[in-house]
Amino acid sequence: MLGRTAHGLFWMFRYLERAENTARLLDAGLRMSLTRDLVTAEEEWRSVIRTSGQHAGYEATHQTYTGVQAWNYLLRDKTNPMSVKDMLENVRTNARVARNAISGEVWEAVNEGWIQIEEALSRPVRQSNLGEVLGMVRRAGTLVHGAMGDSMLRDAGFHFARAGMFVERTDSTSRILDIKYYLLLPSLSYVGSSLDAGQWDTVLRSVSGDRAYRWLNAGTIDARGIVEFLVLDDRFPRSIAFCQSALRDELAALARLHKIEGQSNELMREADMRLSNQTIEDVFETGLHQFLVDTMSTNTSIANAIADDYRFHA
Amino acid sequence: MAKGNAPFDEMRNSDGGIRPAYDSYCDWLGQQDDDWLRRKHTEAEGQFRRTGITFNVYGEEKAEERLIPFDMVPRVIGAAEWRKLTRGIEQRVSALNAFMHDLYHRQEIIRAGRIPERLFRQNEAWLANMVGFTPPGGVYTHIVGIDLVRTADGFFVLEDNARTPSGVSYMLENRETMMALFPDLFMQVPVESVSNYPRRLAKSLAACAPPATSGKPLVAVLTPGIYNSAYYEHAFLADQMGAELVEGSDLRVVDGRVTMRTTRGYEPVDVLYRRVDDDFLDPLTFNPESRLGVPGIMDVYRSGGITIANAPGTGVCDDKAIYSFMPEIVEFYTGEKPLLPNVETWRCAEEDSLKYVLDNLGELVVKEVHGSGGYGMLIGPTSTKAQIEEFRKKIEANPEGYIAQPTLALSTCPIFSESGLAPRHVDLRPYVLVSPNGVDITPGGLTRVALEEGSLVVNSSQGGGTKDTWVLKE
Repeated sequence: MLGRTAHGLFWMFRYLERAENTARLLDAGLRMSLTRDLVTAEEEWRSVIRTSGQHAGYEATHQTYTGVQAWNYLLRDKTNPMSVKDMLENVRTNARVARNAISGEVWEAVNEGWIQIEEALSRPVRQSNLGEVLGMVRRAGTLVHGAMGDSMLRDAGFHFARAGMFVERTDSTSRILDIKYYLLLPSLSYVGSSLDAGQWDTVLRSVSGDRAYRWLNAGTIDARGIVEFLVLDDRFPRSIAFCQSALRDELAALARLHKIEGQSNELMREADMRLSNQTIEDVFETGLHQFLVDTMSTNTSIANAIADDYRFHA
Repeated sequence: MAKGNAPFDEMRNSDGGIRPAYDSYCDWLGQQDDDWLRRKHTEAEGQFRRTGITFNVYGEEKAEERLIPFDMVPRVIGAAEWRKLTRGIEQRVSALNAFMHDLYHRQEIIRAGRIPERLFRQNEAWLANMVGFTPPGGVYTHIVGIDLVRTADGFFVLEDNARTPSGVSYMLENRETMMALFPDLFMQVPVESVSNYPRRLAKSLAACAPPATSGKPLVAVLTPGIYNSAYYEHAFLADQMGAELVEGSDLRVVDGRVTMRTTRGYEPVDVLYRRVDDDFLDPLTFNPESRLGVPGIMDVYRSGGITIANAPGTGVCDDKAIYSFMPEIVEFYTGEKPLLPNVETWRCAEEDSLKYVLDNLGELVVKEVHGSGGYGMLIGPTSTKAQIEEFRKKIEANPEGYIAQPTLALSTCPIFSESGLAPRHVDLRPYVLVSPNGVDITPGGLTRVALEEGSLVVNSSQGGGTKDTWVLKE
C-alpha cells in the first residue's frame, strides 16, 4: 500500500471520528441548555466550544455564547476550518484519495452522507432542526463504520483506518474530561451536589456513555465513578483504556503485516505500561489534569510515529 | 455528405420503420409505461451522484464536481456492422503504431514524399528524446480512442485520440447503470459485455512490461491528483484493474528503476499507465516546473526500466494536420486502402485550400490543429457574422494552425425527453488496446450526445451527455 494512501485512510477516519464527536458534544450541549437556566446554558455552550478546541476562532467573531451561534459555528461556519461540514468534506476528500483502498460500500456511505449533510448545512441550523442534523451526522458515521466492518479487506488499510479512529477518540475523550474537570470540579469536595450530577450527566452524554454508565452503576452519579468509567473501564468503547487497547491491537497488526516493529509500537508499549495496573486513586494522585495532558501528548507522539513508520510523507 | 440530406437516424430508416438493430429494444420499449420510464430517468441521476461519477470543470471556482448527463436510450450497433467497423479500426490503429515507430526512426514516409516534413517539425508533441528508441514490445499507442461519426454515407473517423483518451469509465458505468435500471431488458436483448475492459487493459499493459521486470509486472496508474477533471476515471480504472493509483509525489527514481513509496519502502513500478501529459512527465526533460511527474523517469524509460503508456510523443497523432494525412499513412504502412474514411479536410497551410476555406467560412467547421475538447473551433452555420470575421483574422494570421471540414450532419439517436423520444446528434468512441499480442477492441464504446436540439457539439465540457453503447451479439 502507498504511504499516501495509508495517510488518506488514517485521516479519513480521524476526521470522521472528530465530526461524530462534535455532533455528540452538541447533542449534550443542546440537552443541557434545554434543562437549565440561561446563565448555566451560556456556560454550557462556552464549554462545548472550548472542548471542541475552537474557542479562539469563536471568540474572534462572537461576543456572546448562545446556542444558535455555538452550533452554527461548530457545524457550518465558513471561518471555522474545523466545522463539521469541513471535516466531512475532508473525510470525503481522503476517501477519494484512498478510493481504491476502500470498498465501494464504504465510498458510497461516505459520499451519500456527505451529499445529504452538505445540503442540510447549506442553510443556518435552527433549534427545530438541530436534532435532525446531528442525527444525520451520527447516522452517516454509523453507515460508514458498518460498511467498513462488513466489506473491507482486513489488510493494512483497515488497520490504518482504525488506528486513525482510536487516536482521535483517545484525544477526544481526554479533552472532554480535562475541560469538564477543570471547569466544574476545581476540588473533589463538590462531589455529590445536584448541580454536579447534571454537569456530569452532560459529560457522559457527550461520549454517548450515559446509558452504559447508569447500567453499570445503578444510577448513582459521582465524579470519581465517572472518571474511572471514562479512563479505566475497558468495556466502554470510548474510554481511554479501551481506545489504547484497541490502538495497540491495530499497531500490532500493522507490525505483523509489515514484519517489522517501529517507533509507534515502542511508544505504544510505554503508554500501556503507564496505564496498566493504575487505579483511579493513582490517577487522582498524579492529578487528573496532568494524567490527561500526558495521555494526549503520548497520543500525539504515537500518531506522528505512525506517519514516520509507514512513510505517510516523502 | 451531400448537402440538404436529413441526418442518418440510428433507430429509424427513411420510411419511419425500425432498423433491425433496434428491433428488440423497441419491442421492449413499447411495453413500458411512460410514467415508470420517467421515474427511471430520475433514478439514473441519483445513481450517478451516489457513486460519485463526476468530472471537474476547469476554470470554475473550487473545481466544482459535475455529473455528465446520462441518457437512458441506448445506442445500438448490429453485429455485422460492428465487425466491419472493427476491421477498419484495427487497420487504422496498426498504421498509427507503425507510423509512430517510423517517425522516431528512419522516417521512411517522409523520405518517400508521402507526408511533408514540416508536419512533425512544427508539431509540439514531437519529442526529440524518443528518436532512435523503441518502447518495450514496440508499442507506442497502448490505448487509443477513435472518434467516429456517421452520416448518410456511413461511418467516418473524426479524430484519433492516441495521447490519453478518456471517458472509458463512462462506457462501463453507463452499462452498470442500464443493467441496474432495466435488468429485464438485458434478458430480452443479447448485448455484448463491456465489463471485462479493465481486465483486458491490465492484461494488455502487463504484456508490454519492460526488460527490467522480474516476476509479475506491477502496473500503476499515474494521476495528476484528486482535483484533475478525470480523477474519478483514474481511480476507477486503477480499482477495476487491481493496480496502484499513484501521483508524482509517490514516485522516485531509485537504482535505475521508478519506484513508489509504499508503507514498506520504495518498490519498483513496471508499467505506468500515465494520465498526465508528456510535458509534465519528467521535470528534468520537459517542463521543469512540473510537480506531477517523476524527475529522471525518461532516463529509466530509455534504459528499459519502465514502460510508459502511452509512449511519450504519441500526441503527434492527435494533431489535426497529421489526421488529414491518415489515408496516406494507412496505405503506406498496411499496403491497403483505408477501410474507414476520413472526413474531407482542407489544410489551411495549402494555398488553394486556404482560399476555399476563407471563401466558405459560413458553411465549414474550422478547427485548431492542436486544439481539443471542442474548444477553439468555429462552426460556420451556427456562428454570427462577427464571430466568423473574427475567426477569419485568426486563420489569416496563422493558416498552418487550422484545418477545415464540412459541417457534418451527424447521425441522430433518440434521447428520452419530457415529451417522449426526441432525436439528437451523436458520435462514437470505441476503445482500442494495443499490445505485442495484437489489437483488442472492446465491443461497445462511448456514445456522446448533444442534448440540445439541433446542436452538433457533443463534448461533455459543452453540454454533451452520454449513452450506453450496445453491440449486439451475433
